[in-house]
Amino acid sequence: MLFMTLRIALRALMRNKLRAFLTMLGIIIGVGAVIAMVAIGEGAKATIRSQIASLGTNVLIILPGTSVQGGVRTGSGGVNTLVDGDAKAMMRELPAVAFASPALRRNEQIVAGNLNWLTLTQGVGPEFQQIRDWQVAEGRFIHDGDIESAAKVAVVGETVVNQLFGSDDPIDAVIRIRNIPFRVVGVLAPKGQTSQGTDQDDTIIIPYTTMQKRLMRITFVQSIVASAINAERLPEAQAQITALLRQRHRIGPDRDDDFYIRNLSDIAEAASSSARVMAVLLGTVASISLLVGGIGIMNIMLVSVTERTREIGIRMAVGARRKDIMLQFLVEAVVMAATGGCIGILLGIGSSEILNDWAQWPTHISTTIIAIAFFFSGAVGVFFGFYPARKAANLDPIDALRYE
Amino acid sequence: MTELLRVKDLVKKYRMGDMDVPALRGVTLSIGRGEFVAVMGSSGSGKSTFMNILGCLDRPTSGKYFLDGDEVGALTADQWAEIRNQRIGFVFQGFNLLARTTALENVELPMMYSACNGKQRHQRALEVLGLVGLSERLGHTPNQLSGGQQQRVAIARALVNRPSLILADEPTGNLDSATSAEIMGLFQKLNRDQSITIVLVTHETDIAQYAKRQIHFKDGLVVSDRLTGSLRSSMER
Repeated sequence: MLFMTLRIALRALMRNKLRAFLTMLGIIIGVGAVIAMVAIGEGAKATIRSQIASLGTNVLIILPGTSVQGGVRTGSGGVNTLVDGDAKAMMRELPAVAFASPALRRNEQIVAGNLNWLTLTQGVGPEFQQIRDWQVAEGRFIHDGDIESAAKVAVVGETVVNQLFGSDDPIDAVIRIRNIPFRVVGVLAPKGQTSQGTDQDDTIIIPYTTMQKRLMRITFVQSIVASAINAERLPEAQAQITALLRQRHRIGPDRDDDFYIRNLSDIAEAASSSARVMAVLLGTVASISLLVGGIGIMNIMLVSVTERTREIGIRMAVGARRKDIMLQFLVEAVVMAATGGCIGILLGIGSSEILNDWAQWPTHISTTIIAIAFFFSGAVGVFFGFYPARKAANLDPIDALRYE
Repeated sequence: MTELLRVKDLVKKYRMGDMDVPALRGVTLSIGRGEFVAVMGSSGSGKSTFMNILGCLDRPTSGKYFLDGDEVGALTADQWAEIRNQRIGFVFQGFNLLARTTALENVELPMMYSACNGKQRHQRALEVLGLVGLSERLGHTPNQLSGGQQQRVAIARALVNRPSLILADEPTGNLDSATSAEIMGLFQKLNRDQSITIVLVTHETDIAQYAKRQIHFKDGLVVSDRLTGSLRSSMER
C-alpha cells in the first residue's frame, strides 16, 4: 500500500518536473547550508580545541601567595612558600593529579661558541614533558638522574637551535649560562606561538635542581605545574591540591591560602564557547533557510491540492478513504523534502570540501549532522505537507467532483 | 426480483443563509436487483441530490437508506468509502478520468483502494476493458481517446470491483447522439447479460427510454414511477 502510494506520488511529481525541482531547491539550499555551515562551525571548534589542547587544558599552575610587608603588597609569587617536596607530594598522594613538576623561569643570556642569545630558561622536572605534552625531536628530555645530580644538561627549543647553531647538530654541544657549561642533550619539537604571540620554542629547559643551585641559589621553587588525569577532573585536582598544600604549609582553617592556583580552562572555556556561539549562529541562519524551503513546499502543495481537486474527487468516488488521500499528499511532500534533503546533503558536503581545499577553511562534516539534516528535511516535509494533505483529505467528494 | 436498495421518507435540506431549502421532501421507493432505472426531472427537481445519497456521497437530513439490506445512511465517511469502492460504480457526465493516466491505470484505480495485488488488478482491468470493447486502447490516455471511448473507460472503471449498483449521472450529456446510443446500448447489454443494476439520471426522454423503469422527480418528490420496459434498444451485441 505504501509502495503504491509512493509510486503515485513519484508520478505526480514527475508530471511537473520543473515545479518539483524548484520546490525542492528551497530544501536543497536549506539542507546544503545547514551542512556547510555546521561543518565550518565544527571545523573552527576543532581547530580552537586543538590549539587549546596544545596549551594544556588540564594544566594547573600553582604560584606562591602574596605577602604584605609594611603595607606593601608584593603581588603574586612574592613569598617563597613552595618547595619541590610539594610537587612530589602532589604526584604521590593525589589521585586526580597525573603529573606535577616544579617550574622555575628566568631569562638568561646563552652563549654557544661566538654566538649568544637571550632566552627563557626553565628549570623543571622530567614530568614537565608529559604536563606540557612536549615531544623531543632529537636526543632526550631531562630525566630523574639529572635532577638528583643537578646535572648541567639542557634541552633546547627550536628557535634557540636556529639562533645559536644554525644548521649544525646541537646534540652534545656545550652552551654556557652565566659562564657555567651545559651539555645539550635534546632538542624540543617545535610547538609554535601561543595565542598571545609568545614563541614557545624560544626556550631552553634544564633540571630544576641545577637551576636552583647553580643559577639562582635558592631552595624554594617559583611555581609548580601540575596536570589533572583529564580535563574533566581538573576541578577535583585543584581542590585536592588546595587541601594538600594547606596541610603541608600548616595553614589554619581561619587563614587564607599562601598560594594561588591558576588554570587554563577559563581560556579554553571562553574560546570554545565563542566557537560554539558561532556554530549555533551559523546553524540557526541555515535552519531558517530550511524553514523557508519548507514553506515553499507547503505553498506548492496547496496549489497542487487546488489544481487536483477533481482528481481527489474521483479518487474519493471510487473508494479512497480520507487517510488514503492524506497519505498520498503527505508522501508527495515528504518525497520532495527528502529528495531535496539528499541532494542538499551532497551539496553541503561538496561545498564544505571546496571550502576546505580551496579556501583552506577547516571544515568538519559529522555523520550526526548528516543524519539530523536528513531527518529534519523529512520532518519539514511532514510538517509542511500536513496542512495541505489534510485540506485535500477534508474535501467534500461532491464539491470536488464538480470543481472546474 | 429481490430488493437491492430501499429508501424511506428521504428528506434533504440545504441551508442557504438562514433559510432551509428542501431538495428532497420525503422520497420512498425501492429498486430491485437487475433493474435498469432512469431517474428523470428538470434541474432543481432533487434528482441529483437523490443520486448523491444513493452513491453514499451525501447524507440525508432524515429518512433511511438500505443497500443490500444494510442501513448505510448513517455510516462513517470511511465506511462509505468502502461501500463506494465495493458496491457502487459511478459513471459521470464529464467522464472524470484521471488525466495523463492510461485507460488501463484508470480502470485499475478503484482496486488501488481495495485489497488486491498488482497481478489480480491487471487481470481484472484487462477483463472489463474487453467487456466494454476497449482492448485495443489500453495504453491510451484520456486526451487520446474520443468522448465515447472515454465514457467506456469510465464504465469499465465502474465495473471493475463487481459492484451491485451502477449510478450513471447524465452519462450521455457530453456525447453526440450516435455515441450516446452506443453508450446506452452498452448499459443495456451490461444490464441484460451481467444482470447489473443500473440507475441512470437524465433529463432527456429519449435516453430514459433505454431503461426499463422511469422515475420522475419534481420539487423533491417522486411524481411518477412507471415500469415501461425498454422502449429503445441499440445495436450493441
